[in-house]
Amino acid sequence: MSEFLHILDALRPFLAGIVLVAGGVIVLIGASGVLRLPDFYSRLHAAGVTDTLGTLLVLLGLILFSGFTLLSAKLALVGMFLLLTSPAATHAVANAAHKAGLKPRLGTYHSNPPEDDTGETA
Amino acid sequence: MGYTISLTAAMAVLWLLLSGHYDNTLLLGLGAGSAIFASALAWRLHILDAETSPYHKLWRFMFYWPWLLGEVVKSNIIVIRSILAPDMVLSPRMVRVKSLPRTDFARALYANSITLTPGTVSIDLDDDEIIVHAVLKELTSKNGFAEMSARCARACGEKEGGS
Repeated sequence: MSEFLHILDALRPFLAGIVLVAGGVIVLIGASGVLRLPDFYSRLHAAGVTDTLGTLLVLLGLILFSGFTLLSAKLALVGMFLLLTSPAATHAVANAAHKAGLKPRLGTYHSNPPEDDTGETA
Repeated sequence: MGYTISLTAAMAVLWLLLSGHYDNTLLLGLGAGSAIFASALAWRLHILDAETSPYHKLWRFMFYWPWLLGEVVKSNIIVIRSILAPDMVLSPRMVRVKSLPRTDFARALYANSITLTPGTVSIDLDDDEIIVHAVLKELTSKNGFAEMSARCARACGEKEGGS
């Protein structure tokens, strides 16, 4: 049993690396979503991907990297504060846009509209 | 009084976590002093109530947070899939969500939970409804919103059957 735990402990840095890379990839996906999505409100959702899953995976990777220490507890606290504050910031931005009268783009959106259907794109 | 004690205890725990000093009496004394001083300031300001010092009922959220994390991961996967699709097809829409929890705390938790799950952002909050902007049709099922609302109400200690 303790042998198994030793192996697990030796594997920990590799596991942490995998989780960190996954988090970085998801942050990149979120950034590309901010570029690809059509309007302000839908870009907020892409930023939300970076905010939630991206940061959580990066923090989880760092926690795995530092092991069962005080540093991990601090990183977990950072994650908790981020989860509490980032929706408030997103809501503040979205609410400000709504109050200022920015109309969202509604209806179906195709990034590559079909040739015969020209009515969908603006 | 209970709020003051729980706030002091929470700040003492936070101080111990962040400082990492457990053997120096002077530092421990200064830490305890600062925790008590900050609580005394909050007590004199008369801002201590169930919303500013909710530590004694945190155990209820222990059931809510794992569920919320699961939902966050699920909707992340949906949004990521649609971002990465070469032919991106979106159906952005504004939805009015009724059936809110009753207490302010539960409503704030509910609106924040909606914002936290990618693909839905709460835009405005009225007396009896939340305006939500969603980027995909499949993220706005009535049952999903109703379940999240019920779970928020339960996490904040509301009885069953509230509107």
